Amino acid sequence: MTFSPGDLLLVLPELLVVAAACVVLALDPVLTPPQRDGLAWLSLGTLAVCMGIIASQMGQRAEAFGGLVVIDDYGCFWRLLLCFVAGLTVLLSYSYLKEERLHIGEYYGFVLLSLSGMMVMVAAADLLTIYLGTELMSLSLYVMAGLKRAESRSLEASAKYFVLGAFSSGILLYGISLLYGATGSTRLPAIASAIANQSPDNPLLLAATIFIAAGFGFKLAVVPFHMWTPDVYQGAPTSVTAYMAVASKAASFGAFLRVFIEGLGGLKTDWSLIFLLLCIATLVLGNVVALVQTNIKRMLAYSSIAHAGYALIGVVAAGRSTESLGGVNGIASVLLYIAFYAFMTFGAFAVVAMLRKGVVEGEEIEDFTGLAKRHPLGAFLMLIFMVSLAGIPPTAGFIGKFYVFMAAVEAGLPWLAVIALIFAVVSAYYYLRLIMLMYMREPGELTPDSPRLVMSPSLSIVLACATAGVVIFGLYPRPLVSLAAQAVLALK
Amino acid sequence: MTHSFPWLTVLIFLPLAGAIVLCFVKDAAVRPIALGIAVADLLISLPLWWLFDASLSGMQFTEQAVWIPSPPIHYSLGLDGISLPLVIMTTVLMPLCVLISWHSIATRVRGFMALLLIMEGAMIGVFAALDFVLFYIFWEAMLIPMYLVIGIWGGPNRLYATVKFFLYTLAGSVLLLVAILALYFQGDHTFDIPLLSQGTYSTSLQMWLFLAFFAAFAVKVPMFPFHTWLPDAHVEAPTAGSVILASVLLKMGTYGFLRFSLPILPDASKMFAPLMVGLSIVAIIYGAYMALAQSDLKKLIAYSSVSHMGFVTLGLFTFNIQGIEGALMQMVNHGITTGGLFLCVGVIYERTHSRQIADNIGLTKPMPRYATVLVIFALSSIALPGTNSFVGEFMVLAGTFLWSKLAATLASLGIILAAAYMLWMVQRVAFGVPSPTFLPTLRDVSPREMATLIPLVVLVFWIGIFPNPLLTRMHPSVNHVIARTLPPVPAQATALTEPDMLTLPSTDESPVPLEASRP
Repeated sequence: MTFSPGDLLLVLPELLVVAAACVVLALDPVLTPPQRDGLAWLSLGTLAVCMGIIASQMGQRAEAFGGLVVIDDYGCFWRLLLCFVAGLTVLLSYSYLKEERLHIGEYYGFVLLSLSGMMVMVAAADLLTIYLGTELMSLSLYVMAGLKRAESRSLEASAKYFVLGAFSSGILLYGISLLYGATGSTRLPAIASAIANQSPDNPLLLAATIFIAAGFGFKLAVVPFHMWTPDVYQGAPTSVTAYMAVASKAASFGAFLRVFIEGLGGLKTDWSLIFLLLCIATLVLGNVVALVQTNIKRMLAYSSIAHAGYALIGVVAAGRSTESLGGVNGIASVLLYIAFYAFMTFGAFAVVAMLRKGVVEGEEIEDFTGLAKRHPLGAFLMLIFMVSLAGIPPTAGFIGKFYVFMAAVEAGLPWLAVIALIFAVVSAYYYLRLIMLMYMREPGELTPDSPRLVMSPSLSIVLACATAGVVIFGLYPRPLVSLAAQAVLALK
Repeated sequence: MTHSFPWLTVLIFLPLAGAIVLCFVKDAAVRPIALGIAVADLLISLPLWWLFDASLSGMQFTEQAVWIPSPPIHYSLGLDGISLPLVIMTTVLMPLCVLISWHSIATRVRGFMALLLIMEGAMIGVFAALDFVLFYIFWEAMLIPMYLVIGIWGGPNRLYATVKFFLYTLAGSVLLLVAILALYFQGDHTFDIPLLSQGTYSTSLQMWLFLAFFAAFAVKVPMFPFHTWLPDAHVEAPTAGSVILASVLLKMGTYGFLRFSLPILPDASKMFAPLMVGLSIVAIIYGAYMALAQSDLKKLIAYSSVSHMGFVTLGLFTFNIQGIEGALMQMVNHGITTGGLFLCVGVIYERTHSRQIADNIGLTKPMPRYATVLVIFALSSIALPGTNSFVGEFMVLAGTFLWSKLAATLASLGIILAAAYMLWMVQRVAFGVPSPTFLPTLRDVSPREMATLIPLVVLVFWIGIFPNPLLTRMHPSVNHVIARTLPPVPAQATALTEPDMLTLPSTDESPVPLEASRP
């Protein structure tokens, strides 16, 4: 492997994030709790600088570390999104952790560490590097899920996440080793050319594809690999849940698409069938089970499972499409969908975090009853997020669904779009139920000592960003559409 | 035809901007500002009536801008003789909806008025959109405001009604989205409605698309057997909500048939015509029959809507000028008449807080002006000559007669039944002895309420006596649609000249010219 110092410049954002994480972890023990707030600002500043650097890297294509890492528009799209979401997470945590009385400075360190793992995942062009990134992301998230040390649910979430996560990593690694056996490389371009030179019926290749698909299936939380999601989402602190639901899913999609398009593109007839089945199962189960949830975080967990199903439609369309252009559209629709999903899901979790006040957990769906009277603005923003999650125009959620369905119809799968839309109607029921509780039911007796809901400044910024994303991209999606189209062209 | 002034953009976005303004004004100013915006929108829409060139069949007042380059989705607006009357009907009705809600909506007034204005913008957008995706966005954007209006300000059973309304209409319209996408890839890779209406598509594709369109539009109309959401939604909705539902929202369904199903899918439309006519006749008779059995005023009007909308769909699928123009007339007429009836129910509900016919009897003595207006609307609903509905229903029946004598005969049963349930309702509500419990509350209509009712009364007689200005504006556009449904070889001249001979009995009141100008 050749190494040149210039390579370090290409991965400067990742290095900065890791450095900031180390500084946070080192400073934490020597600072008093009020001073630890500064760590949040340090993290935010780092993220802002990183986003600037990544934005300046757009438009080029460079390989670092002998091809282990590729800096291209595709990776930059995801890295930008991930840094942005991490920034929102820091802001959300800033007020939420105080409410939970979790004065843990290393929290921000873990946010940054897992972020660096995610950024490696989406920029890597080598299966082992991707694996390393995945592990770095997951190990930090396992710790974050268990941060509410006093609560058994949080510990259970952490343990469950760890056991199943480790298991899925093993499966992924096994798939990688099989693929290495069949192709003799872990580099995606080398794998692609090796596959092109041999019969696609090679059973070893098929087995490797299935194992890798299953390994990513866990990370993406698609049915039947979703079992951990509701428990972990419910048990983890809400700010961590938001981070997991959005950032880790986005990073997993980023790596997953690169592996299957750049590396295993020659096997697309095989994997598109696998993902077709997973997609339908995910849409059905995610949406139907969400109907009966009474805990908002569980409901959003199942909703996030269902949304992974919608994004998978784009993947299936890309695999089924005979034209190369059609494949590009399918992948672009996934990028768009996940980006829009990030805004609306993060916003919804931010409102849930806002409801956490004093003794009120704010996690039962019933807690939203009459929110329009108690906190009109919070209720209105939640309404926007729910409408967007249900995919009703003029919100970003609709635009995302529109592109995904368009890819499906183009690939000759209109029936898949019909199935997905029928389950979109099912999903509308549980999203609307929340709107109904907020707007059409009276709040319970408000006792003088029942806590007043306040939107802290940092939370307001988070909600403003999420709302702006949902509304502006719903009305004017053009910038993000062209960004996604440009990103996809970088995939080979 | 590009006009320099962006009429339609202003029409759509003035109410939307007004809704935002309402969030920031003082409580006392909410109602006047909402009314002001609705009236301003009306005043902006009125010049279109005269600026409209009635000799053209194409789109006028067009505006176009690229919204998303890939796939090419345009912000593209325009009006023709089909959409112009519907847009003006919408702008006429909205100030009335604001006025009727002046006192009857007492809680969260700001939100209510804002939602009314949002709906106004979305409804005008539906009628003016010339891009299929833009149309779909406006079409769906109507749902959430209506869901909230029924769910927050509705009657006791509002939650059930509003969820039912929402899920029914959403389920119907999602298939439309797939159909739009399929049309894009099978057609010319365009979402432009006028361009799509010129394409030719294979028969099997047309049939699938027709069914998908049907799911969306039939639920909205609503056609039998998809009508069950309507009585629930109407009964629970506040008065303004009922008026918007009946007068405009239902028209979006029939407008969809006329704008999309007929011109884009002419072969499938013809193939499914017997089914559509059959369902329409069932709706006409069933709706009227159900209306006979109602003791709740709003439910009675809701079922009468099912019956009247049956006439509209019946007229659309006769494929001749009388039928389609009659249907279009009937869309406007139903908006006026049923809107008026719902306003009347709202007025009486504010006094007695009951919609039961049994509670609201004998109103002529205590409320003579009210009774007069109610009788006018009721007679218009029966389609008495001299009122607006007569023109529309007569034309629909004339068109149906050319298509099938049996269908026309069955449909005319609906008129007889309409006379039965309406007159019976009027007999009880207007005449009889008022119940002493409610007598003290029965003040006659206030000037504000009169102001909401009078414009519609004027329209009832204006269209009833002098429908020509409306018809001349419709002619070219409707002929344009009919031309699409004709076989390419215009050999069957005889079958199509027949309509010319069947002219309406030229009563002095309704000199309806029916020259089926061949395209």
